[in-house]
Amino acid sequence: MEVVSKNKSNKAIKPTAIKMSGADAVIRSLIDHGVDYIFGYPGGANMPIYDSVYNMSDEITHVLARHEQGAIHAAEGYARSSGRVGVVFATSGPGATNLITGIADAHLDSTPLVCITGQVNANLLGSDAFQETDVTGITSPITKWNYQLTKKEEIVEVIAKAFYIASTGRPGPVLIDISKDIQFEEIEYELKKHEYIRSYVPYPKLNIEELKEAAELINSAKKPMIIFGQGVILSGAEKQLKELVEKADIPAANTLLGISALDTDHPNAVGMVGMHGNYAPNVLTNSCDVLIAIGMRFDDRITGDLNQYAKQAKVIHFDIDKSEFHKNVKAEVTVLGDAKATLTNVLDYIEKNNHSDWKAEFDKLEAIEKEEIWDKILKPSEGKITMAEVVRDVSKMTDGEAVVVTDVGQHQMFASRYSLFKQTKSFISSGGLGTMGFGLPAAIGAKLGAPNREVVSFSGDGGFQMTMQEFGTIMEYGVTVKQVVLNNGYLGMVRQWQDLFFDKRYASTPMMSPEFGKIAEAYGIEYKKVEKREDLQAALQEMLDCDKSYLLEVAVQEELNVFPMVPGGAAVTEVRLK
Amino acid sequence: MEENKQYTLFVYSENHIGVMGRITNTFTSRNLNIDSLTVSESEVAGVYRFTIVTHATASLMMLMSKRIERQVDVIKAGYFAEEELVTQEVAMYKLSTDVLTDGMEIERLLRKHSGRILAVHKDYFVIEKTGHKVETQALFEDLKVHGVFEFVRSGRVAISKPMVLFQEILQDVEEEAKQTS
Ligand SMILES: Cc1ncc(C[n+]2csc(CCOP(=O)(O)OP(=O)(O)O)c2C)c(N)n1
Repeated sequence: MEVVSKNKSNKAIKPTAIKMSGADAVIRSLIDHGVDYIFGYPGGANMPIYDSVYNMSDEITHVLARHEQGAIHAAEGYARSSGRVGVVFATSGPGATNLITGIADAHLDSTPLVCITGQVNANLLGSDAFQETDVTGITSPITKWNYQLTKKEEIVEVIAKAFYIASTGRPGPVLIDISKDIQFEEIEYELKKHEYIRSYVPYPKLNIEELKEAAELINSAKKPMIIFGQGVILSGAEKQLKELVEKADIPAANTLLGISALDTDHPNAVGMVGMHGNYAPNVLTNSCDVLIAIGMRFDDRITGDLNQYAKQAKVIHFDIDKSEFHKNVKAEVTVLGDAKATLTNVLDYIEKNNHSDWKAEFDKLEAIEKEEIWDKILKPSEGKITMAEVVRDVSKMTDGEAVVVTDVGQHQMFASRYSLFKQTKSFISSGGLGTMGFGLPAAIGAKLGAPNREVVSFSGDGGFQMTMQEFGTIMEYGVTVKQVVLNNGYLGMVRQWQDLFFDKRYASTPMMSPEFGKIAEAYGIEYKKVEKREDLQAALQEMLDCDKSYLLEVAVQEELNVFPMVPGGAAVTEVRLK
Repeated sequence: MEENKQYTLFVYSENHIGVMGRITNTFTSRNLNIDSLTVSESEVAGVYRFTIVTHATASLMMLMSKRIERQVDVIKAGYFAEEELVTQEVAMYKLSTDVLTDGMEIERLLRKHSGRILAVHKDYFVIEKTGHKVETQALFEDLKVHGVFEFVRSGRVAISKPMVLFQEILQDVEEEAKQTS
């Protein structure tokens, strides 16, 4: 069975008012906002809403997760692969608090979500009623906006506002908490599109002076370097980024979430910056004369020690969120606006250029990294399989066309370093929050958001066990996800730090795993385990050829560390190759 | 190192539930203390104005105000240093009526500090004084020996010296919000 989108009514319904219950109005609104999937879990406080889902189930599909955390990560995966808003339902109290990790994750990674939680009856608010929690209070620091709905007349308008806020400007999670009583009450439904909010400017007016200044600096640079982030993907500026990179001939590095905004085999693509990024772009960040940051926020995992970060460079910062300017790195020129709009306009002033000598410096350092690291882990002659080999083989066998989802840990860094991409929105990973357990549920959502694409998800044995109950969701909805568990018997990334900074004292990082095959079997999911290098390719092929979900467990080298590595708090030039 | 100074932050926002929490969260997340906070309706009906006094560096204040302005319901946020402001606070002091019976001393203190008696009851009376913190504090110190039952000081209210019209800012923001939605 394959679930398919049922919502064909993307256009607004007739603007005539219709009488219906508050709960019906919630679902009707979602349908009218083009929502095809809701990820969620029912309970006392949202039962009327679920009853309405039941009524309208020929127009919208509810995907019942096995844990609210699974539901929200699935919604995040859906949002990231489709570029649309992910929708999550949870009941009050424990249902709502189980969403917290995902909301925080979406907040840090600017993922557009509309979370709808049920709440106790309005007259019980603040009385410690059964399953009452102050959800808007708890989520205030981790939502872009939230609202407690206790007036039935506001339902339609507030939902419209929620979609508008979640999806515009710098996207983010929005939460609406709806008291149970108004879910029952009758209202007049009439779809209103949200027009504007006077205190909210999602797309600031472009400033021509800023654009000119930026272009001038780029044109005069001898050693320019671009670092692009997810802002490029969120604004759909991939084409403009490529044009800029090519016209001005600038080496371009990506952040973790910027992956796939530019094809990995583009001649100007120089890899990833940051703690486990590539050698050349990390080191040369401290050699470039102009650093052009596009839709990225200079996270500390990117910059290392700020006092020693790109001090020689003039920084140009393109971002839609002005509170990111000068937050971590002082910029010479700031360009406020949506990346697509700013890049489109800056391109008018950019001169054709050639920076081959400067690019050759990247090639030189890349050769060192390849010799020191790549050859050993991509083509080892002996020992167990490495995570890098698996990742690279999957990329080759899918011709760089797959959506790669990851959990958090060493495998995530290997997947980010060694995957090849030819399409945008192809790498889905928890960046800002680094949420273990993200991978499998996010992959489910990613597949529903991009049903025609192959979705391969990599997890470690640790993170997989955090949300593997979502196999139940896969089983029930027949979502086709290729799950690879790279089993090293450790909480690998923490073990790596213990190895390097704690005298190899492996405190609570060796970890037992169940027989994953039995778990897969219990859920009716195909399974194979690979231990020998010579069996790897065939097993991967079998997994990819399978038209159903699949769990492939690969026994990988236990104590292999991810390099290069910029140790926490060190300068980017102190990147270690071993 | 940049030095910590006293700054007064202004926030103009919609009068929506939860906005106050979002603003104070911004302080909490930076591990910053709020020295005083006052909220009232501004010159524009429906728009509320927060006046928040804190100690921080100038660059942190810049980040904080942008971070606060990022909130959907916030129209504008900004900050001023002491020299750019006209400020005022009001304080009230509750003392036993017995103190009044040797009247001269209290009267002398009220004259010295330009305070006034706001209310007199059988058991207690209330003094009011407006002024800067040092001034209201000085009166408190002088009254202490007579026993002060209660002492309360309002948060600071402040008017900025530069001529910026909030109505104009609001118009600009609203115009931009409309055009770019
Ligand atoms: C929810 C959560 N808890 C703890 C951590 C800290 N942490 C980061 S990586 C890691 C180890 C992950 O181990 P595993 O899933 O086996 O993946 P590996 O590193 O071995 O690839 C841990 C515990 C985290 N990121 N998220």
